[in-house]
Amino acid sequence: MLEVRNLYASVEGKEILRGVDLTVKAGEVHALMGPNGSGKSTLSNVLVGNPLYTVTGGEVFFNGKDLLAMPAEDRSHEGLFMSFQTPVEIPGVSMNNFMRAAINAKRKYLGQPPINGADFLKMVKEKRALVELDAGLTRRGVNEGFSGGEKKRNEIFQMAMLEPTLTILDETDSGLDVDALRIVADGFNKLRTPQTAAICITHYQRMLDYIKPDIVHVMMNGRIVKTGGPDLAYRIEEEGFDWLKEETLRENKI
Amino acid sequence: MNSERQYIELYGQTKQFIDNGSHALINAHRQQALEQLEAQGLPTSKNERYKYIDVAEAFAPDYGLNLRRMKMEADPGAAYRCSVPNLDSVLYYVFNDKVVAKDGNTLDTDRLFVGSLVDFAANRPEEFNKYYNKFVGDGLVALNTLLAQDGVVVWIGDGYKCEKTIQILNLTLGNVAMMTNRRVLIVVGKGAEASLLVCDHSLTKESHLVSEVAEIVVAEDAVLHLCSIEETGETNKMFRSTNIVQHCRSKLSYTDVTLNNGLTRHTLDLHLAGEKAEACVSGLVVGGGTQHADSDLLISHEACCCKSDVLYKSVLDGSSTGAFAGKVYVAPGAQKSESQETNSNLCVSPNAHAYTRPMLEIYADDVKCNHGSTVGRLDESALFYMAQRGVDPTEGRRLLQQAFACEVIERIELPSLRTRLHQMIEERFRRGSGACGDCVLCASK
Amino acid sequence: MQKKEENSFIRKVADKDYEYGFTTDVETEIIEKGLNEDVVRLISEKKGEPEWLLDFRLKSFRHWLTMEQPKWGHVDLPTIDYQAISYYADPRGRNNKNENREIDPELEKTFDKLGIPLQERMALSGVAVDAVMDSVSVKTTFKEKLAEKGIIFCSISEAVKQYPDLVKQYLGTVVPYRDNFFAALNSAVFSDGSFVYIPKGVRCPMELSTYFRINAVNTGQFERTLIVCDEGAYVSYLEGCTAPMRDENQLHAAIVEIVVEKDAEVKYSTVQNWYPGDKNGNGGVYNLVTKRGLLRGENSKLSWTQVETGSAITWKYPSCILRGDNAVAEFYSVAVTNNYQEADTGTKMIHIGRNTRSTIVSKGISAGHSQNSYRGLVKAGRNASGARNYSSCDSLLLSDTCGAHTFPYIDVKNNTAIVEHEATTSKISEEQLFYCNQRGIPPEEAVGLIVNGYAKDVINKLPMEFAVEAQKLLSVSLEGSVG
Repeated sequence: MLEVRNLYASVEGKEILRGVDLTVKAGEVHALMGPNGSGKSTLSNVLVGNPLYTVTGGEVFFNGKDLLAMPAEDRSHEGLFMSFQTPVEIPGVSMNNFMRAAINAKRKYLGQPPINGADFLKMVKEKRALVELDAGLTRRGVNEGFSGGEKKRNEIFQMAMLEPTLTILDETDSGLDVDALRIVADGFNKLRTPQTAAICITHYQRMLDYIKPDIVHVMMNGRIVKTGGPDLAYRIEEEGFDWLKEETLRENKI
Repeated sequence: MNSERQYIELYGQTKQFIDNGSHALINAHRQQALEQLEAQGLPTSKNERYKYIDVAEAFAPDYGLNLRRMKMEADPGAAYRCSVPNLDSVLYYVFNDKVVAKDGNTLDTDRLFVGSLVDFAANRPEEFNKYYNKFVGDGLVALNTLLAQDGVVVWIGDGYKCEKTIQILNLTLGNVAMMTNRRVLIVVGKGAEASLLVCDHSLTKESHLVSEVAEIVVAEDAVLHLCSIEETGETNKMFRSTNIVQHCRSKLSYTDVTLNNGLTRHTLDLHLAGEKAEACVSGLVVGGGTQHADSDLLISHEACCCKSDVLYKSVLDGSSTGAFAGKVYVAPGAQKSESQETNSNLCVSPNAHAYTRPMLEIYADDVKCNHGSTVGRLDESALFYMAQRGVDPTEGRRLLQQAFACEVIERIELPSLRTRLHQMIEERFRRGSGACGDCVLCASK
Repeated sequence: MQKKEENSFIRKVADKDYEYGFTTDVETEIIEKGLNEDVVRLISEKKGEPEWLLDFRLKSFRHWLTMEQPKWGHVDLPTIDYQAISYYADPRGRNNKNENREIDPELEKTFDKLGIPLQERMALSGVAVDAVMDSVSVKTTFKEKLAEKGIIFCSISEAVKQYPDLVKQYLGTVVPYRDNFFAALNSAVFSDGSFVYIPKGVRCPMELSTYFRINAVNTGQFERTLIVCDEGAYVSYLEGCTAPMRDENQLHAAIVEIVVEKDAEVKYSTVQNWYPGDKNGNGGVYNLVTKRGLLRGENSKLSWTQVETGSAITWKYPSCILRGDNAVAEFYSVAVTNNYQEADTGTKMIHIGRNTRSTIVSKGISAGHSQNSYRGLVKAGRNASGARNYSSCDSLLLSDTCGAHTFPYIDVKNNTAIVEHEATTSKISEEQLFYCNQRGIPPEEAVGLIVNGYAKDVINKLPMEFAVEAQKLLSVSLEGSVG
């Protein structure tokens, strides 16, 4: 589904990604771990096409299409979704209007007619229940005045609405208490199918207890330095990253 | 440039026609206006309140005036449909400065008068003299007083609560470049309530300059909702001077929306003259092309315990210019005044200009007065967030601009009008400037 | 009851003597009152100036004759009789001009009394002082020590003689003589002031400071200060000022020009305490000043900090022209007016370069019958992409007979610029006052406390020694003036 090859990228002239290789297949959940500044968020922002990041080398294919050649909105239409670490507030633009614009844009891209009002509202109601999102919130401005937990739940709600094939959860667990984390993770799990995949960026095992990854990667200095099974995440939880640093130094990778 | 000269001369030559086409009580004010205009002239950019507009240039062309009161031919119903669905309103048309009620009748009962200024002067001379030309304005007001022959009056008697919204459609017409001098009088009696919707449209592609002077009195305990929408064209120039006096415990909500225009200047003086009067004043400018909108407000707290809340916003595209000045004045002794003033501008094109001058002039100490103003651009991170959800940047920009603008509309109390304005604004952002979409001229484009 | 008590505090403060109101008895050489070309020539001659400077003065004078005293501003400035003022007063007397001689002990005593010791051994550590009385600089301390680093710090009269090329290169480039009425007047008759030059890459090791004192009767003071901070250099400069109590108004029309080159930084702080006039509004200094800095190079930085408590009328707008890309400008101001004082002060931030940033923080405090106005302009030119300004202007009212006004002007011609302005005006909080009272703090002290807290953002920007001075000054100017 996703094929990242030797990807280099920089932000504000500073090189962050230094040759990332990553393959994600349908049905898989990947966890992406690594110390602060190792390039996890940069990778996810580059994948979804944040204009602040500049790709300086490498290629990315998404279901066989050249992802890097597409504007952000087309990547979205193709089925790529990112749950933002800190979702921006857009005062005045109501959630309902926003979601409707997003869904209709996607339908237009796929050559489908716009969704009718009644169907849309029914859909909102259905998907809202998934993350226990209060009805009032979808009538407010996008993320406007939402609490940290509400914002994250709202991200998963939007995921449910847009039905992506590949979801990137960028530190979705940060700032959530246990209950909120459970709601968000349950919502996410309910949306999983054998046809979809996910990349979950996190610092903590806590998140991975709910969202069971098939494959765990560790990033350091802009590259994936270690790939393993769920055990890898446990070891990091126990021992931190230092042993990996030493190991990679030994292997002369950095 | 002495643009006023040609009008002073014109007056000298056509005094007789002007007087004949009007009413003696209106004519009685011309001499004094002439003296004032000769002494002061039209305001220049040296006048702080006219810093960003060239009045002389706007008045320089040799405009035709319909001083002989030739009948302007048009079928209002066919020419224009400015419908507000679900709004139960009584509709009046004004062709340039002449009221043409749909059924041809002036509404004149002991509790209510809606009709022409000439009829009002003839039917209720006492009331007329109580309210006409009661404030000292600048040269623009003097020029209007000198030349105005007719206009619109809405008079609501004490205690009368209007059930329906009164809608006034100002339509400018003429097959040559013309100037209209229109006079407006709105009086809401003690404890009375009224809601008014005034729409300005142009039915001509010729250059048209409208000079309008409005005097509005909101008496003790009265309530007035007033909403004014301009959807004219680039050949239209509009100079409005509005003087509002609010008495004790009166409430005013005023919304001024400019969606399409050429050059618009609005001088609004609001006097909170009685204790506990409250005013909520809002403005929205959606500018594009070469549109120029200039609003200059004076909010004058002259008695104790009054409240004012001002919100003006502009979204400026193309090479449009938005200028805002709003002075909140608190007179000595006007204790417990509360005022809030906000002006926010969004420049969405490199050639759009915004000028903003919020001002506070305060001579009492027990006050709470705040103002803020911003000039900025669209939030890039919001645009990216939207793009990630599949909303393309063009649509994203439109959504953001509309959201920015709609804060003003949300302050309108009439739900049906609010809905209608939301639609109009959405329409405006979809179409861009230069077309209102409602009048015959635009619909045929 | 409460009200009555509070009023008595106002009176107490109003009656309070201006601490610096004494006069110095020295033999002073004063030229005759009046202004014409001959007077301009005479001033230039007395200062032994070169021809080019006389030409500059004459050009300015001739231009001044074509101008009118400005009427704008929220101050009631009377039409000044410029022929009733003497334009040159030298407290060193007629026979005492040898610059190498010890200065008159009376003058030294005066400055001692003002807390400005002119003997280096007594001086505040780390502050070099140029002391100016009336039209003449009496003494500049630490000159030699600064010279070791290549720093020039002397009176402008001396600079004209010693460094004519530098002065010629920069004089009038930031504030041209045509700029405004008072700038033209100053350019014609300026007396003394300080000249500072910090060479490339030098960080000035001590605070530089000028202390201005008006002493003579019926004289105007026309100070002229020029600061040039070359590439990568840094300087912090302070000015202070006082004047004796006199019934007549005294005119002070100064020009300060600052040039900040690439990567350089200048901090300019003012504690202005000219005689404000008596409680009935008689006398006091007219403080009509043009101050402007040109941020010429990339990454240059200029910060104005002012604490304005004195003067009958203040009319000044320390401004910044942000020409270099990434230039950063700041304006921090506290203006206190009491009795019949009038202040119209603020700043102009003219953004020309790209990614330039400016911050304005203004705190106005009005008491008595005074009028206190903030007036400011923020302009983003067509090429000022990425320009950013934030302004915050607060006014505090301490009586129901004073006025507090805010007049910001914002002109934006570049759509990537972001400009934000906010202002609030309110009465001093009765809740806060009561809270202090309940804890046993008497009202007059409480007001000082609250006002100082209110002005803290600005006071904190001052160098340490002056921050303490400024705090005292605020409390003294306002103690108990709750209306």
